[in-house]
Amino acid sequence: MQNDVFKIGGQELTSRLFLGTGKYGSNKIIPQVVEASGAQVVTVALRRVDPGQPVENVAAYVPKHCVLMPNTSGARNAEEAIRIARLAKAAGCGNWIKIEVIADNRYLLPDNYETIKATEVLAAEGFVVLPYMSPDLAAAKHMAAAGAAAIMPLGAPIGSNRGLKTKELIKILIEEIALPIIVDAGIGKPSEAAEAMEIGASAVLVNTAVAIANDPVAMAGAFGLAVSAGRTAFLAGPGAVQKYASASSPLTGFLQD
Amino acid sequence: MSFLAELQNYQIFDFNAFFSTLTDRDITGVLNKDRLTAVDFLTLLSPKAENHLEAIAQKAHRVTLQHFGKTVLLFTPIYLANYCTNQCVYCGFNITNQLDRKKMSMEELEVEARIIAETGLKHIIILTGDSREHSPVSYISECVKVLKKHFSSIMIEVYSLTEEEYRELVNAGIDGVTMFQEVYDADIYSELHLAGPKRNYRFRLEAPERSGAAGCRTLNVGALLGLDDWRKEAFFTGLHAAYLQQNFPDAEISISTPRMRPHLGGFPPKVIVNDSNIVQYTTAFRLFMPRGGITLSSRETPKMRDHLIKLGVTKISAGACTAVGGRSHPEETGQFDISDDRSVAEMAAMLYEQGYQPVFKDWQLLV
Repeated sequence: MQNDVFKIGGQELTSRLFLGTGKYGSNKIIPQVVEASGAQVVTVALRRVDPGQPVENVAAYVPKHCVLMPNTSGARNAEEAIRIARLAKAAGCGNWIKIEVIADNRYLLPDNYETIKATEVLAAEGFVVLPYMSPDLAAAKHMAAAGAAAIMPLGAPIGSNRGLKTKELIKILIEEIALPIIVDAGIGKPSEAAEAMEIGASAVLVNTAVAIANDPVAMAGAFGLAVSAGRTAFLAGPGAVQKYASASSPLTGFLQD
Repeated sequence: MSFLAELQNYQIFDFNAFFSTLTDRDITGVLNKDRLTAVDFLTLLSPKAENHLEAIAQKAHRVTLQHFGKTVLLFTPIYLANYCTNQCVYCGFNITNQLDRKKMSMEELEVEARIIAETGLKHIIILTGDSREHSPVSYISECVKVLKKHFSSIMIEVYSLTEEEYRELVNAGIDGVTMFQEVYDADIYSELHLAGPKRNYRFRLEAPERSGAAGCRTLNVGALLGLDDWRKEAFFTGLHAAYLQQNFPDAEISISTPRMRPHLGGFPPKVIVNDSNIVQYTTAFRLFMPRGGITLSSRETPKMRDHLIKLGVTKISAGACTAVGGRSHPEETGQFDISDDRSVAEMAAMLYEQGYQPVFKDWQLLV
């Protein structure tokens, strides 16, 4: 377990929990939340980044040892996502970018087609691109071919806390795509984060479930433990699930007599 | 495509007859649903639903928290000009009212913008009276150029424009449009809008659609409460918002719930809308459109505003002023009297006290 690291964009990570920074009652709690969770990657919406206002600037609360992963929240198409990514880089947010292209405000489901287009352009510009997507094998393959550094399928719509509703589709991505698969969105409880890790996800990203908990710091700690427990279980190789009990008096036992 | 067709479906609908059929079970039935239909929304706006206000409020609070978290966006209005050609009986800028007509020069606007920017605000809404002569689109566009240097999101609340004109302003840098229909009842609308281009009900009703088609990312609609039965007006506002979301799925749709305030001219409200009605409207809309924005202006008192935050409000004004150039010249007369004159810092402190984060910046200008 000591050597269980994974790499994204040349960066070695030991924590498999990524955190979001939206929805908190105060940005001041973010450093404590990050510390309690052990997260090393923290995402920030560029739309909220305001370097001119140090007190209210969310990016200023991300601990220095973390990778700052700006996201393109608010982008309605590839062109807007590309522009936001470039602005993020110019604002000193590094070269990681989580692409979020959402053209449907009712369900907040990502537009895979536009996301692929943005991935292609930004990867070619040298960004470490992590596209947020609806789990779909063909789209994930296109994103990988376009130069994505990881794939971030949703477990359920953003902010819904509904859990791993897309589990079967995510399993296919884990089996078929060579890149890290990071389950992003929908995870509402630590047990669901553990479940994602048990099926072989490389990491999970959590925001709402922590931010709107009564005690966000304690909830962040619980997610940290759950992710690491799920990862340990995956590495330990869980036994196969049997539909029936194994009979103590086998029907074919007589063949050995 | 037009919201008018949908609105006309209700022309002979008997609201009171519908309300009289409702039982307490109908209300609890709606409260147990995840997705509300238009009829469910109307059910929550009924007199019967008043018995269940606390339960509706509790659910509205949970839903708001889920979708928006513990955050509220702060913004402030800037009145660019008050020249007006309309005779809207309820408005202080009515052409027949005697007040100093004024239009800010770019130099004056720069001063006003700096005063506001110093408070940390990044979201502003700019307003003019309805005068194409004094405040043409080219003037608004010039103002946007000045304001872009200081702010990251600019919304307009001006007279109804054509799609082409909206596009021109989107290209100049605005990202949102607020358009109040004032009153959805077409007969009352013509009674209250005695003269001027605003008399054209349909051109105004379809303005949000034109701005959506022009690429605006935020569309805000509303009825001025006090001009007709508030339950009907609230219902039509909600339907209008839902129609816009359906047709412009990538836009952020929001509503305002303004009540009439004392103003120069002194036209009294036709209907009194009380605090409990505002709570019912706000919370019913939250459940009808869980991701819809709710904008709260300084027309409401500090007490109301502080309490409405937990019930669904997502954007709230701070340091508001309804007079042209009123921040550099506090003696100017405003469009209406504001009820909450708290500064940006005071509003931010109030939000933190309630466990909410005041969000100063929630968009990044892309043009």
